[in-house]
Amino acid sequence: MTEHISVLLIIIPLIAAPLMVIVNNTRFSWLVSLAVTAVCTYLSFVLMTDIQGGSEVHYAMGGWAPPWGIAYLIDPLNALVTFIVCLIALTTMIFARKSVDREIEAHAAPLFYAAFLLCFLGLVGICLTGDIFNMFVFLEISSLASYALIGMGKNRRALTASFHYLILGTLGATFFLLGIGMLLAATGTLNMQDLTGLLPAIENRPLLHTAFALIVVGLALKAAIFPLHLWLPNAYTYAPSTVSIFLSATSTKVALYALIRCLYDVFSFDYMLDSWLPQALLFIGTVAVIYGSWLAIGQNEVKKMLAYSSVAQIGYIVIGIGLLSDDGLRASLLHIFNHALMKGMLFMVAGVLVYRLNSTHYQSISGMGKRMPITFGAFIIGALSLIGVPGTVGFVSKWNLAQAALAQQQWMVVVVLLVGSLMAVIYCWKLIEVLYFQPASKSRISKVEQGGDSVARMPVGMIIAMWGLALLCIFFGFNTEMTLQGAQIAVDALYSARGITP
Amino acid sequence: MQDNLILRVIAKALIPIIFLYAFYVQFHGDFSPGGGFQAGVIFSTAILLYALVFGMDKAADVLTDKMLIGLASGGVLLYGGVGVASMLLGGNYLDYNVLADNPVTGQHIGIILIELGVGMTVASTMLLIFFSFARRMVFR
Repeated sequence: MTEHISVLLIIIPLIAAPLMVIVNNTRFSWLVSLAVTAVCTYLSFVLMTDIQGGSEVHYAMGGWAPPWGIAYLIDPLNALVTFIVCLIALTTMIFARKSVDREIEAHAAPLFYAAFLLCFLGLVGICLTGDIFNMFVFLEISSLASYALIGMGKNRRALTASFHYLILGTLGATFFLLGIGMLLAATGTLNMQDLTGLLPAIENRPLLHTAFALIVVGLALKAAIFPLHLWLPNAYTYAPSTVSIFLSATSTKVALYALIRCLYDVFSFDYMLDSWLPQALLFIGTVAVIYGSWLAIGQNEVKKMLAYSSVAQIGYIVIGIGLLSDDGLRASLLHIFNHALMKGMLFMVAGVLVYRLNSTHYQSISGMGKRMPITFGAFIIGALSLIGVPGTVGFVSKWNLAQAALAQQQWMVVVVLLVGSLMAVIYCWKLIEVLYFQPASKSRISKVEQGGDSVARMPVGMIIAMWGLALLCIFFGFNTEMTLQGAQIAVDALYSARGITP
Repeated sequence: MQDNLILRVIAKALIPIIFLYAFYVQFHGDFSPGGGFQAGVIFSTAILLYALVFGMDKAADVLTDKMLIGLASGGVLLYGGVGVASMLLGGNYLDYNVLADNPVTGQHIGIILIELGVGMTVASTMLLIFFSFARRMVFR
């Protein structure tokens, strides 16, 4: 049964999405999406515990044996990332109902849920597949769905943001595809395990270097790594809240997973060591942390501030990848998990603001801290976690990253980590000051159920989803064993598959 | 273009042939180049030709948006359903061998059904794209 789980995770949303389009009923669509994501979360959890327990899953699509057919190969690394995607999708769906009712036009809402499930299935597919061309296909499925989702935002600028993302995302996907084509030309196979075995023999061919460069640049565009992050802030800002939550927490993370998979697994560790890439990644990561944080300080709109903070947080993950050690990679994986939790939760806070106050601009939410204690209580936990205060998940991953950097005497990285955290204090404090220490500009929250542009009561689903993630942020901040062990097992598997003992 | 007699006569003569060709490509997909994707595009061009010559409204009367959306989703469901059926019969996902007693027959059934699903989705999606660009589309 465990074998079939790997493919069920993709089939269930694939069957559910067209059903929702045919039935065309908003409530039905939400219920189905909730059920699908809940089932997928359960299945991926079972899969992850099974894989971490030592079993291995090879799944041959259509019964065709691996080098020829598409094979799904599940190891601890992609089992972990899959679980993250499913968990975030589930909490997003718990949050979504009222938010979608308010932000998406009624006739488009069933299609919205269908596109959401397609995006979800694309991201899960990227994680699970063991075939590099199949990975490209899923990358396109998730990207196309997310362009449509972002374009559904209420603000008309959502359309330009979506178009901007479409152009850059397609460029990235094209680079990735060209790289894959060159790999196929050089080796004659698309199976990642097969590629791993075949590549060392042709290590010095220029074709391979070109493929390497194209794949790295293409995936970096998708992952919004620093100089290629331009699509991200507007896309996250103008997308519907539900979409910002899901994409900010998962899509860049999955692209980073694909990058890790290609760098560490497809191309050999030694190949990377000989190239300029590790130094470049370290440099880019450090610049991203400073640049993203700097721009986040300057924003006066919650979603945009969070988006630029994402650019900075992606920088931390890139630094971990660039350190080229098992500790660094472990810190990266930890941060992928932890950042998904906290950014998802922070974007939920922004979603509640849109729902209740119809605005996320600083001036229109000033003084609201005391009036919306439940929302901003969660925000403060998220902010502390972004800064990296002990007791939150942010601290765990930053501490691990700092240790990994110290082990390699990368003093610059340690300094940047500190400076980045200080800058996070500034941009979070700026919002906290607006919320708690400035007089309320307008008393827009009233006791009526619904009226004008404010809504008084917060839906239960939103509270559950937001505080669920907030409590997870604290839980994994204290109980580090589970996440650390998961990341450690994933790194060990990646290293031992390459025959290197860390 | 409704007034142009030559266009109307030629279109009327061509449309059945295009349909026939589409079905040929569809059902020979398992032996020769072709298959659902190409067949779907060819099939939709016949209707596009009809819509261009005889007017959008007449084409839309026959193929309503609701029906096209249903067909597009139905194709995906058919594709996914064949995969699930093969799983329920004890094979891997999309393993056609188990669909019949004889693996070769199973492969035939599987490929034909899958390509049918692809053809349905591609043809109706092409038409949906054309219709929604040609006029404002309203769901329901």
